[in-house]
Amino acid sequence: MSTEVQHAEPGIFRKYLWSTDHKVIAMQYLFTGMAMALIGAFFAYVFRMQLGFPNQNVPGYGIVTPARYNALVTMHGSIMIFWVAMPVLIAAFGNFLIPLMVGCDDMAFPRINRLSYQIFLLSALVLLSSFLVKGGPFGGAWTAYPPLSASGAYNLTPIGATLWLLAVALEFVAFLLGGINFTVTAMNSRAPGMKMYDIPILIWMIILANIVFMASAGPLIAGAVMLLFDQTISTGFFDPTRGGDPLLWQHLFWFFGHPEVYVVLLPAMGIVAEIIAVFARKKIFGYKTVLYTTWAVGFLSFVVWAHHQFVAGVDPRMANIFSITTLLISVPVTEMVFLYIATLYGGSIHLDTPMLWALAFIAEFMIGGVTGIFLGSSGTDIYLHDTYFLVAHFHYTFVPIAIIAVFAGLTFWFPKMFGRMLNETLGKIHFWGTVIPFNVIFIPLFITGMAGDQRRIYNYAQFAEQSRPALQHLRTTSTIALLVMLSFQLVFLFNFFWSLRNGKTAGANPWRSTTLEWTVPSPPPHGNFAEMPTVYRGPYEYGLPGRADDFLPQNVPD
Amino acid sequence: MLERYLTAASTYAHSIDHLFILIAVIVGFWLIAAEGMMFALIFKFRAKDGRPTQYITGEEPHLKRWISIPHYLIIVCDIVILAGAITVWYQIKQVMPPADATVRVIGQQWAWSFQQPGPDGVLDTADDIRTVGEMHVVVNTTYHFELLSRDVVHSFAIPAFRLKQDALPGRTISGWFRPNRVGTYDIQCTQMCGIGHALMAGRIIVETPQDHAAWLLRNSSPAVAEQQASPAPSSDGMATMAEVRR
Repeated sequence: MSTEVQHAEPGIFRKYLWSTDHKVIAMQYLFTGMAMALIGAFFAYVFRMQLGFPNQNVPGYGIVTPARYNALVTMHGSIMIFWVAMPVLIAAFGNFLIPLMVGCDDMAFPRINRLSYQIFLLSALVLLSSFLVKGGPFGGAWTAYPPLSASGAYNLTPIGATLWLLAVALEFVAFLLGGINFTVTAMNSRAPGMKMYDIPILIWMIILANIVFMASAGPLIAGAVMLLFDQTISTGFFDPTRGGDPLLWQHLFWFFGHPEVYVVLLPAMGIVAEIIAVFARKKIFGYKTVLYTTWAVGFLSFVVWAHHQFVAGVDPRMANIFSITTLLISVPVTEMVFLYIATLYGGSIHLDTPMLWALAFIAEFMIGGVTGIFLGSSGTDIYLHDTYFLVAHFHYTFVPIAIIAVFAGLTFWFPKMFGRMLNETLGKIHFWGTVIPFNVIFIPLFITGMAGDQRRIYNYAQFAEQSRPALQHLRTTSTIALLVMLSFQLVFLFNFFWSLRNGKTAGANPWRSTTLEWTVPSPPPHGNFAEMPTVYRGPYEYGLPGRADDFLPQNVPD
Repeated sequence: MLERYLTAASTYAHSIDHLFILIAVIVGFWLIAAEGMMFALIFKFRAKDGRPTQYITGEEPHLKRWISIPHYLIIVCDIVILAGAITVWYQIKQVMPPADATVRVIGQQWAWSFQQPGPDGVLDTADDIRTVGEMHVVVNTTYHFELLSRDVVHSFAIPAFRLKQDALPGRTISGWFRPNRVGTYDIQCTQMCGIGHALMAGRIIVETPQDHAAWLLRNSSPAVAEQQASPAPSSDGMATMAEVRR
């Protein structure tokens, strides 16, 4: 983390703790997110080892008790969504790229931006501190359904549960501050000449993600306060013996929780759009249609939440409505993916590492998308709900989002961030060493889910149908593939830190791209643009007929 | 398809399995078509010296068709899937066929307990049979269940029946099943319910009417009841008739 170099000299201490430069804050979000990703990955390693090799000593951890297993899966889910996907995809890429891509010197509210990161860091520390308290960290799943989460008598982690809730609430404060900032910056600080339809798709997607987040977070924050009161001052909002209702939390949670999927999906889709355009040397196929489908996704994401609650004890008639809306949202998402595939048509496709990641995102995300249909259809959800089929499904969406798209973005903007190129050979080794094992991890889990494996079980010994040897072989296969995938991340870490010093010097525009961030030096100086740019055209003018060069940057006059 | 991985032992298990196949065929087609198209385009338009990029905006009608036609086809496919999904859902969750018997299922940290009518066939009478972790039912009999929770949210799941329903404290939730295959099947809790979540297992024994009658007799005959009740309280958690009668 960059704050660790603070002792070198007082100036740097000041720079990294109080800098309001959007690029410094972006790097802090990035490195904090990467550190949290390593923690989340370690938890996955521990509980997958327990599942693959039940009750064995896990190297580097020890024996996994049931209470610890629950805590590990809870923390893995919470960390990967709230402390990895959101900070990296929205805050790191958003902070770094919004001012550079819309052509301004910094965010609209630099101090709010600084405050946002400080609160985010605090939220991460609060979460991790729950490992040190009596009873250990919260183990009631990242969905934290009451009454389990509301009462220490039920969850046996009274302090851990409250710390988890506080950490989530703080994280939300950080992202509400960031969301306002991103939206205002993109709406008000664009370079002269950049009209709404000249904004790069990534910026649109980050803004829409933030709007969706800000509009959906309110109910959950209200719910979090109620749950906090239930935990600490014995109110009974979710306690049925005192007139409360546990289902209320589920509605508040999923009213936020489902839009959250699209909050992290949209920036990932945006990153992929930028990369496909550059490496296929093509204009995005139907730029406006992409935006319309994005708006449709954003809107529809607010009316699908109860598909998480088909069998939760709500009125069964409601399931029909939410099945319809859920399948409806497949239409704009599919269309967006088709538009990306269509962008390849007529292009001149260069398979550099960023492009490999971007294409892998589409290929893998489609699997996540189609398997969602089985779960959105109320009839099949009765069986598949809360099985490993569901786990495999959402990992086929979240791994492309939070891992594959992030690697796409990192390998693509690394030259801009640090002024040097990553090593291409190591990049490709890392790519194949991640994507192949990823499929070997989760395809077996679709099958164990179809065979009835339910989630969040530390050991299937109690269940005759689940302790069949064939299913255990699948679980072990999945665990071994995870070990392979994790070990290949060392290649990335080495490449990343080695290239920071030893990579080939990048120059301003190594990928011959059209958007504004590539018109400034790499890395961009404080204030970004020596001379503020003017925009003359849309963001993806590749392969214009009758020109010697195959690309025309946004800021070059006709 | 699901049956390859887990036995189907209730009447509606087949409905869910068939719906699963319907969806698998439809989305499988689209997945293969889209992935195939993507890889074909990557191969066909790989960078080659001297071949310029085509300038395409995506507004050209003859190219836009490649998006708009699949768009409408997907809506049609969605409608087909929805019709199947709602039909199955309606049959399982929205209507209840007349019951041959009613049972009560109670979830608590971390066990399932069951209350079944005794020989009189009526629930909540003195001869009810209460069991923990094990439920005995008769094959080809329609059961209604009343699902309760004593503490936190649990989820009552019998994978072989394709049955799943959350149990909520403070509510009684009704549902039904009709086993159609003799055997012993797992009962799971599929909602995180605390540190004993993985231990919250049960078994449902689907038996012939003769076997069930014998089981009823064993559990409600005064001789057995007294024998179980007299020297020491039953150690396996089975609350027997004797306790009820006392």
